[in-house]
This record gives sequence, structure tokens and C-alpha cells, in this order.
Amino acid sequence: MARAETIELSFEEAAQRPERGLWSDAFRRLRRNRLALAGLFVVGAILILAVLANMVDTVQRYDPAFDQDYSRIHQGPTVDHFFGTDSLGRDNWARVLQGTLISLQVGLGVQAMVLIIGLTVGGAAALGGRLADNIMMRFTDLAYAFPDLLAIILLRSVFADRDLPMMAHDTSQLLLVIFAIGFVAWVTVARLVRGQMLSLKERDFVLAARAMGAPPWRIVVQHMLPNALGPVIVAVVFGIPLAIFAEAVLAFIGIGLPPPTASLGRLISEGYSYIQVNIWVVTFPAVVLALLMLSFTFLGDGLRDALDPRTR
Amino acid sequence: MRRLLWMIPLLWAVATITFFLMHAVPGGPFDQEKKLPPQVLANLNAKYNLDKPLLEQYVLYLWDLAPLKADFPPVKTPDLGVSFRTNQPVQDRIEVGFKVTAQLGVVAFLYALVIGMSLGVIAALNQNRMGDYLGVFFATIGTALPSFIIATFLVVIFSVKLGWFTVLGWGGPPALPWDAPFWDPGNWHIRQMVLPVISLGTLPAAYIARITRASLLEVLGQDYIRTARSKGLTEWVVILRHTVKNALVPVLTVIGPIFAFLVTGSFIVEQIFSIPGVGRAFVRAVFDRDYGMIMGTVLFYAVIVAVANLVVDVLYAAVDPRIRYG
Repeated sequence: MARAETIELSFEEAAQRPERGLWSDAFRRLRRNRLALAGLFVVGAILILAVLANMVDTVQRYDPAFDQDYSRIHQGPTVDHFFGTDSLGRDNWARVLQGTLISLQVGLGVQAMVLIIGLTVGGAAALGGRLADNIMMRFTDLAYAFPDLLAIILLRSVFADRDLPMMAHDTSQLLLVIFAIGFVAWVTVARLVRGQMLSLKERDFVLAARAMGAPPWRIVVQHMLPNALGPVIVAVVFGIPLAIFAEAVLAFIGIGLPPPTASLGRLISEGYSYIQVNIWVVTFPAVVLALLMLSFTFLGDGLRDALDPRTR
Repeated sequence: MRRLLWMIPLLWAVATITFFLMHAVPGGPFDQEKKLPPQVLANLNAKYNLDKPLLEQYVLYLWDLAPLKADFPPVKTPDLGVSFRTNQPVQDRIEVGFKVTAQLGVVAFLYALVIGMSLGVIAALNQNRMGDYLGVFFATIGTALPSFIIATFLVVIFSVKLGWFTVLGWGGPPALPWDAPFWDPGNWHIRQMVLPVISLGTLPAAYIARITRASLLEVLGQDYIRTARSKGLTEWVVILRHTVKNALVPVLTVIGPIFAFLVTGSFIVEQIFSIPGVGRAFVRAVFDRDYGMIMGTVLFYAVIVAVANLVVDVLYAAVDPRIRYG
């Protein structure tokens, strides 16, 4: 009897401690990681600035494509033009912000697509039986043998002059770029999800849930998915800079978004043509792109440390 | 061996996908600003089998590609066909490009190895001191920033501002670098080489530095290092003979992926610096709708990646006897 009391007591004690789940715990650890916090801060600042510029004229200051002033081409940074002007006298501040927004859209869009396809295909491979698994693994083998960038460039060229139905030219081209990159990028996440699901499937708590009569979809959604999500989130965050980079490469070789839309890659590519004339055109987009990629990488590093229970 | 055979269906699948993808790209190889006379166009299409149905073209291409029609054993090298643009054999053009890519790759590899390993060793020996932080800083920046960005900063600083190196270009106009003896420094065009090599080699260098540091730290904590020290060996002998040798095993295993990265990664660097390698040939081919060249370059890259993956697995198995492949 006395024994039962002590146990009850310790339960009560345990209940009095503030409850810390995986996510709040991970967040606490993320906050302690200064580099990751800095990354989060920089990404947030750039994102807010880019979104604001897209909506508010006082932030954007000039139209990125059509405010052309031929009397002031190739200027360095001035009070009027924070980042200088390009070969047509367009304001680089506005163009860089527009490009940043597009890069972020591509990065996040690709990863959204990767997440959806990766979770579905990876989960299907792990839970759908041998045949599904075999098909999926052969497919990933193939995707690994196919050099990523070559595949992206080929896919992008296929859709270069075509538009999706019922959509403005710009939107549909943006979606097609996202599609081309995402179609190549999902394989890693799918493999990851498959591995996670396969190992989770054999764990005791899944067996317990099944023994209690939980329907299969409930086991998958409630018990397995949250446990598989940590590494997937890390992979997705690391994937964002890769997608941004892939878009920049596409734009650099000239099959990104059609002009006059500026993406960071196009700005750098244009800047290269005038690099002997005016280094600022290439410098600012390159700095922003570098900041974005570094920040996302630091954030990914921090998340990996925070979500990995082994480091606890 | 089974994995070697597995490469064949894999390459076939890559060839198939590429074939149909590139035919889905709008436009054909002979589209020009000025329309060709219809008869000329018809003749050209007939010459390159483009007048036949797509499936027949596909079969014809594979038939040429596969080493089947040669004598047994099939030792004939696959026939990649001719470039639709210049009518040269694709093989020759890839060979010309690859010499440049290989030169870039080899030098970048050496750079990565030397810089990466020395930084890793320095970092490990000065753990939690200045040298370590510098090494880790380099490794972080190097892995996070792509060659594309590094190249941009390098060019702005060293070519435009300081004027030390050329902005772009590779080799002299008279002959490609490989035609002249490789070992003669006069043929090296150092001023054009430095920036591409650094842009390409920094990521592998950072990677190697990370691995070297980690494995060196692990080895330094082992008992036999303490034994060697207590025997009274000088610090240099301990580090060079006992530590570094053992710490290099993990580094060996990443050489495969690094090699694959250098070949496929050079693709971007070639674009930036206008280096006439395989990567540029591929991009040109996509823009020209040069079907023969597209197929050739993609297959070439696929073979490189596949071989690199194979080498990795073999190396892993060789280094760690616990891993076995059937």
C-alpha cells in the first residue's frame, strides 16, 4: 500500500513539472543555438522585406521592370538608388527584392511539392507492400543515376515556351520552374520517409496501437507520422537553399523565368555581362543569395541538432 | 559484379527518359531564324532519321548505341552517333570537352585534397583554439555556399578589382591545353585556372576538412596514441606515422562522391567562366536541340555518376570488412 502511494506521488510530481513535448523541447534547444537563431532572423528579415516590397511602394521605391532612366545607368549605390542601377537605369534595390521574393517562392514551393510527393511516395513504399517498395526503390536508383541539374535543365526546356492553362504567363512559368526542380528533388525525401516508416513499423508502440484496435490510417497519421517528421523537416530545410540554387543556375544559363521578371540568378547573370563596367549589379544579388543560403543552412544545422533525440 | 550488371538497365532507362524528354522540347535541331528551303530540311531530316516515327528513331538510336551488333565478346565502344549541328562524331566532341573538364577536375581535386586535409589536420590539432575555429568556419562557409556564389565573389575581388586573374576563359586560342604536354607549366594558363579551380574545389575541400578533423579527433583519443606518446616518440612522429595514417581511411571513402561532384559540378563553373568543357557542350546542345549531343553528354554524365557510386561501395567494402555486397 505504502508502495503504491509513493508511485502515485511521483506521478503527481511528474505531472506538476511543466509538460515538454518533442516540439517545445526542440524549440528550446533551437533557441540556444545562436547561429541557427541568426539564420532564422536573417531569413525572416529578408522574407518580410521582400514581401513588403512587393506590396508597398515606399519600400520598393521603383518599379523593378519598367522604371527605366537612361540618364543614370550603371550607377553605384546612392541615396536615390540604394543598390545602384543596371544597364537600363532600373533600380537594383527593387530588382533584387523582387528576385529575392521569387527565389524564396521557388525554394518554399519546391519544398512544399517535395514534402507532398515525398511523404506520399515514401509512405506508400514503406507501407504498401513489396511490389510498391521495389518499384519505388528502382525509381530512386534511376533518379540517383541521372545527374540532377541535367534533368532539371531538360525538364525546364520541355516546358520553356508553354503555359499552364487558365493562368497568367508569369505565374505559370514560375510554377513550371518549381515543377521542374521539384520533380527531381523529391527522391531524397521519399527515401528518407521510407526508411523512417520501415523502422517505425516494427516499433512496440505501433504494435500496441494495433493491439488496441486502432484503424491503420490512425496508426499511420497519429503515431508514425509525427515520429518520422523530424528528419524530414531537416531535409526539407536543407532542400530550400538547394532549390534556390537550382533556380539560380537555370536563370544563369538563360532558361529561368522570362524577362523582365528578375530572379536572383538572372540578376547575377546580367551582372556578369557588365562586370567590367559596374560590379554592383552582380554584387548585391550575390550577397543576398549567399545570405539566404547560409541562413537556411545554419537553420537546418540547428534544427537537426534540436530534433535529434540522441543528442539530448 | 551484380551491381555492375545493374548499371546496364539503369543506363538504358536514363537513355530512354532523355530521348523522349528531348524530343518533347519544342523546336527541332534545324530551326533557324531564316527558314531553310523545304527540300533541304527534308534531306537533313532524312539524313538524321528525323523523318521516321519517334519510336523507330528510338530503336535505331539504341541499336547504334548498344554494343550488340559488334562481334562477340562485345568489346566495341558504343556508337553515340553524330552531332546534328557540326556533323562530327559525338564521341570526338565529348572527348575534346572532357579533356578540359578533366584538367579542371584534376587540379580542383588536388586543391581540395591539399587544402581540405591540411585544414582538417590543423583544426584537429588545435582543438577549440584559433586554428580550429578558422577550419570550422571555412568548412561551414564552404559547404553552404555553392560554386556559383564563390565564383562571383572571387571574380569581383580578384579579377575586376585587383586584376590578378582573367574574368573568364580557359586555355589559349591556338590549341586546347591537352594537346600540349600536361606537365609543361607553360601550357597551364595559370591565370585562367586559379579562380575556376577554387570555385569548384572549395566545397570538396570543406567536406574533406570536416571529415579529416572528425576522424583525426577520434583517432587522437585512442589508446595506441597514448602508447606512442608514452614511448617518448616526438609529437611529429606520433602525428604523421600513427595518427594521420589511420585517420585517412574515412577520407578515402568520400573520394568517389567527390569525383562525381567535380565532374558534374564543373558544369556550372564551366558556364560561369566560359570553359569549353562537357558541361558547356551539354547546355549548347540543349539550346541547339542537338539531339545527338544531348544524348551523348547525358549518358556520359550518367556513366560517370554510376561508376563513382560503384567505386564508393567497393571502397567502403574494402575499408570496412563488415560491409559486404553480393
